Amino acid sequence: MRAPMAPAATLAVTTRVLNQLRRDHRTMAMLIVVPCVLLTLLWWMFDGDDQTFNRFGPPLLAMFPFIIMFLVTSVTTLRERSSGTLERLLTTPMGKADLLAGYALAFGAVAVLQAVVAVVLTVGLLGMDVRGPIWVLAVVAVLDAILGSALGLLVSAFAATEFQAVQFMPAFVLPQVLLCGLFVPRESLPDVLSVVSDVLPLSYAVDAMREVQTESSWTSGLSVDVGVIAGSGLVALALASATLRRRTA
Amino acid sequence: MTNNSGVTPRSAHVVPRHRADHRADSEQESPVTRPSDAEAAVVVERLHVVRDGRTVLPELSFTVPRGQVTGLLGPSGGGKTTLMRALVGVQRVTSGQVRVLGLPAGTPALRSRVGYVTQSPSVYGDLTVAENLRFFARLLHAPFTDIEAVVGQVDLADHAGDLVQRLSGGQRSRVSLAVALLGRPELLVLDEPTVGLDPVLRRDLWELFHRLADEGTTLLVSSHVMDEATRCDRLLLLREGELVADDSPGVLLDRTGAMDVESAFLAVIDARTDRRAEVPA
Repeated sequence: MRAPMAPAATLAVTTRVLNQLRRDHRTMAMLIVVPCVLLTLLWWMFDGDDQTFNRFGPPLLAMFPFIIMFLVTSVTTLRERSSGTLERLLTTPMGKADLLAGYALAFGAVAVLQAVVAVVLTVGLLGMDVRGPIWVLAVVAVLDAILGSALGLLVSAFAATEFQAVQFMPAFVLPQVLLCGLFVPRESLPDVLSVVSDVLPLSYAVDAMREVQTESSWTSGLSVDVGVIAGSGLVALALASATLRRRTA
Repeated sequence: MTNNSGVTPRSAHVVPRHRADHRADSEQESPVTRPSDAEAAVVVERLHVVRDGRTVLPELSFTVPRGQVTGLLGPSGGGKTTLMRALVGVQRVTSGQVRVLGLPAGTPALRSRVGYVTQSPSVYGDLTVAENLRFFARLLHAPFTDIEAVVGQVDLADHAGDLVQRLSGGQRSRVSLAVALLGRPELLVLDEPTVGLDPVLRRDLWELFHRLADEGTTLLVSSHVMDEATRCDRLLLLREGELVADDSPGVLLDRTGAMDVESAFLAVIDARTDRRAEVPA
């Protein structure tokens, strides 16, 4: 049997996606600059009220990479589907897993850059209080970004146009934002919503960020949160792989 | 294996997967297979494709000989693209068999042996010509030395460093063709590769197709422009999913007494329509 994945093919996809992003200055700027601008805006809004900024900072640090990567990935993948390049790729010896892993690696690399810049800004310049190790904030942010990418890959299969893909953002992402504990602590939600909140991956991303903020070392709760984020990302990638069919009608 | 009815049962042609060697296949199939089939690059038997409840290809059967340029001609919407997609294994097929280079179409082992060019250029607009080719060369396990060769073959050497989206439509479709030439595939399936090209480029590309055929490559080239038909070694005329002619251009013209392929095509269709009109009466 042929191996389902080949590192050479995966890296070829990663290199190609990064090459495309490198040329697209506007998208790169949006990926790196927009989260920083929004975080700074938040800090400015609560002018001098450090306590409130500390409460909203960590959830937003989890949310921005998730939302932005969801959008970028779903539109990019849809473009690949509609331009015919996906069909061509599927006639080459490349495995489907190579394509997805290649995309995940490329967007993961961008996510590292995005997370490092955002964390340095919020903790270093804007003075958000963090008790735990700061690098863990960046790790969680990168995992959130990869989770966003994986979900974006998945939903792009159900969108026929880029217009539809963008509309999946409010449908898939906003409920997670509402129920992740940003507005109402998760334990104070009505019972049904609390259960819903428990199965939405973004809730764990926000929990993880709060955990790093309040605990001085890596806790078992943090391990669970990180495990759930990574696991949901893998499940979404596996489901996305199932939506890539070589033969279509 | 008996074949009294003249219809080959599907199971008779199912060859165990591990028999990838086509010579072994032809030996095993010799009782039911016409001798020419053993040599053919593509063998299509009773291919039936239904899309959205509409029959696009009704029980189509034909072969494509090796080392020749076979033209797939016919009006738009006649099933040319669907047929080509079935050959490269991306079309969902209702029934029937498609064997390519001795293997079932779409088999993983065929993916580096068959080059496919879609009708609209499927390359990345935001990469340069060379970057596109490097990417696909890595996926196809083709040596990087191929890149310079294929860029020259499609006459884009001066544009290797240009972004594809800055190129003209004709240039873009030649980039797409160059990708298909990587790794010297044994079968090239080209969906309207000469659309929108000027006459000089068209002539150059047809010369390239014949050079490749002389070196042993099999080419199946679709076109809805009838005057390209005379450049093919062999013609398949497809109309509403049905094969209305399967001949060399010379034979087709002789048989119909037409002056050009377009008239021959019309003559063949008229003759068929007349025959059909007589049947119910």
